[in-house]
Amino acid sequence: MKKLVTALLLFCAYAFAEAPSTVAIRNARIVTVSGPVIAKGTVIVRHGLIEAVGENVPVPADAWVVDGEGMTVYPGLIDSLSTVGMPGIAVTAAAATGGRGGGRGQATPATTAAATATVERARGPEDRPSTTSWVIAADELLSADRRIETVRGGGVTTAVTFPTRGIFAGQGSIIDLLSGEKAGEMVLVPSVGQYISLSRGGGGGGGGGGFPSALMGTISYIRQIYLDAAHYQLVKDAYAKDPRGMTRPEYDRALEGVIESKRILLPANRLVEIDRMLRFAAELKQSTILYGARESYRPEAAELLKKSGTPVLVSIRWPEAPRDANPEDVDSFRTLETRDKAASAPSVLQKAGVKYALYFDGLDQPRDIQRAVKKAIDAGLSREDALRALTLTPAQIYGVADRLGSIEKGKIANLIVTNGELFDDRTKIQMIFVDGKKYMPAADTTTGGRGPATDDPGANQ
Amino acid sequence: MIKMKSLLALLPAVIAIAPLGAETFVIRNATVMTVSKGTFKGSVVVKDGKIADVGEKVLEPAGATIIDGNGQYLIPGIIDCHSHIAADGGINEGSVSVSSMVDIRDVINPEDIAIYRALAGGVTTANILHGSANPIGGCTLPLKMRWGKDAQSMIFEGATPGIKFALGENPKRAGNPQGGRGGTTPVQARYPATRMGVEDTIREAFNEAKAYKAEWDGYNAKVAHGEHPIPPRKDLKLEPLKEVLEGKRFVHAHCYRADEILMLLRVADDYGFKIRTLQHVLEGYKVAKEIAAHGAGASTFSDWWSYKVEAFDAIPFNAAIMTKKGVVVSLNSDDAELMRHLNSEAGKAMKYGGMSETEALAMVTLNPAKQLGIDNRVGSIEVGKDADLVLYDKFPLSDYAKVQKVLIDGTVYFDRDKEVTGRPAKAAEKQKLIDKEKQNQQQPGRGGRGGRAGQGGQAQ
Repeated sequence: MKKLVTALLLFCAYAFAEAPSTVAIRNARIVTVSGPVIAKGTVIVRHGLIEAVGENVPVPADAWVVDGEGMTVYPGLIDSLSTVGMPGIAVTAAAATGGRGGGRGQATPATTAAATATVERARGPEDRPSTTSWVIAADELLSADRRIETVRGGGVTTAVTFPTRGIFAGQGSIIDLLSGEKAGEMVLVPSVGQYISLSRGGGGGGGGGGFPSALMGTISYIRQIYLDAAHYQLVKDAYAKDPRGMTRPEYDRALEGVIESKRILLPANRLVEIDRMLRFAAELKQSTILYGARESYRPEAAELLKKSGTPVLVSIRWPEAPRDANPEDVDSFRTLETRDKAASAPSVLQKAGVKYALYFDGLDQPRDIQRAVKKAIDAGLSREDALRALTLTPAQIYGVADRLGSIEKGKIANLIVTNGELFDDRTKIQMIFVDGKKYMPAADTTTGGRGPATDDPGANQ
Repeated sequence: MIKMKSLLALLPAVIAIAPLGAETFVIRNATVMTVSKGTFKGSVVVKDGKIADVGEKVLEPAGATIIDGNGQYLIPGIIDCHSHIAADGGINEGSVSVSSMVDIRDVINPEDIAIYRALAGGVTTANILHGSANPIGGCTLPLKMRWGKDAQSMIFEGATPGIKFALGENPKRAGNPQGGRGGTTPVQARYPATRMGVEDTIREAFNEAKAYKAEWDGYNAKVAHGEHPIPPRKDLKLEPLKEVLEGKRFVHAHCYRADEILMLLRVADDYGFKIRTLQHVLEGYKVAKEIAAHGAGASTFSDWWSYKVEAFDAIPFNAAIMTKKGVVVSLNSDDAELMRHLNSEAGKAMKYGGMSETEALAMVTLNPAKQLGIDNRVGSIEVGKDADLVLYDKFPLSDYAKVQKVLIDGTVYFDRDKEVTGRPAKAAEKQKLIDKEKQNQQQPGRGGRGGRAGQGGQAQ
């Protein structure tokens, strides 16, 4: 039987993504996430879906058989906040005013130059600065992005990927990480929500960049946008009802994009920011997901999140001491404590009963992902909860748990097959199924991330 | 038995519900400087967060915690009318000349250590202002220094909000293509670049605000008549200016020179609103009568000048002269460090201009309270006012005086003994974290180090 696996592995070494229509993984340990672990069972994959899973499932005659002896099958991981498949810089020149937003390491020199060339700086909210709310990730998707393969090698089969630039960066899409397919085939849900950033990226205060330059400016801008959107809707509805004698409302794509977004993602790392953004979300009356959550290890933060019922995406890019720091400098107690305790955030949130998912925040090397998740496990998170926060919970947060996130009959066949416990050092991912298509893990390559969810407070802390 | 159990279960709940300031205190036998009702040796009773009794002899409630004030001085909590602490993400929205859409309320950082340090300097309330880069800056509000509470709990509940204006060098420099703060990157010129332009910017903003107010008044009138028109667009830039016109928001105007002070008073008269306070107002002594006639307060520095051209004509007698001309004068910090010794700043008013102890102390307590419209709650030691109190070991207008205890709403927020005795434990806790990190760094194969994860959200 071992021979069969070896043969299969060899075969896959040159056939990149082989797509037999039916696959049976048998005699494997199956971690379904939604139900109990099956110590020894079979998963049948047909036409990209899970046809059957269980202890005594007959193997169809036409199936390619994978002997899972000594193997474990998990649902594919979901990166709940990603930039995979997104072009380095998003859309129009107007969007790039002030060169703000994250996307560290992604902007090519050419596009950066284009962004700073002859852009009029925004003079107020009416100029809709740093806004491309109408952009949908699925429409911009680069199926040739090399990061797709890299990330998939770490067991990620699905990414919720968002445009990267600006305050209202655009709408994220849930994509399956296929290679060599048309972009459209990768898309599970074209629009899941609006990515909002508060980071200052470029701009700066007192002169250079356009509006807004300070955090309070950005917050006031977002507030104005939602006031404008409500008013826009009101006027549009009135006009649709009876246009006679009424001035035509001006088409505003920024507001259109905001209105069609069914939820928003707001950044919050520190406790103060979590408190601030939860209040802001309540004021805006928008369905909200917080992201970042670095200080959610603090019980006060977990309590706030629990009370509000807001789901949160926790970055597993745990903070570390800067490598080139002046050895004379001593960080503040809070900074030291945060570095010490950040990785305990998932277990704190788990105990508090908060709905949370983990996201990789630019970590894409399988080894780094493994270490980062392991750090959370070492800090008190159970393996089961870690896995759930990377599979079923993000699927629930984005409303796609009916098709993703666990090994259940009828769900999409996104699976990973390992030779041991998923987040252990010595464990290797053997094969990955996305939409039932089998892939092998790729060699390590480097890619960039999105950058921190919020700016550090600097000397103010 | 079951009844007993449920009663016992209720007990902690009842305790939890009781407000934190509910502890009853008697501060006994201190020199009480009430500011409004003289100075005497006596006691103060604090109950339910308020001052319940003040006098040479007071009735001490049973079970009260006694604070022995013998040989010490009790003053009302210090109020700083001009501070920039406790705000996240930049104090200036310097990209536009009129930034009234921004609000300090949105960016309060209750974990800013400057709050605790101000508290240790006897400050219990501070007016947190937007910076001075713009002729019309952002919305502002007073905070109580309730260290340890969340952002919204810091806000001085019920206080009239304010808005920052700025005249002179700062707003016109921000518009200068050569100057500004853009560093090496080319800075696009921003109007205004002159004092004339500053005046014009303010006038234009109020022209807009008046039209905006008329639009809303028209709409409200129609609604009152039972009509259902589409409401006008709510404009966050013009809302605060409309509130200024309606007297619902105070104007705190950064200014230096006499000519621009008069300019602003005239602009306010033209548009029918009041300047609540002139901030810095270093040449206020030249136009004190006009300031008093307008009814504006003046919040100035004790003796800080010549740090820029428009500050050359400043004199340390400014506060005293304006006071004698009938202006309500306060001394402010504008600075997290200066904020920690406003008591000795007030003392300087005695040296320069011969203010009495009470007059000097009022400049950092009752007068700023009046300027912020919160003197019904704070600023003096009177029955019924908030128990915001500071206990000093020595005469509080002296450099040698040290704050011993600070109460806000009847709760002790700073206690010197606890602070000093608590330091070794805090230092040890910190050292433990430092050692732990060092130890982890020496271990090979530390999480993420081998990969590219090292930038972990730091140093962007």
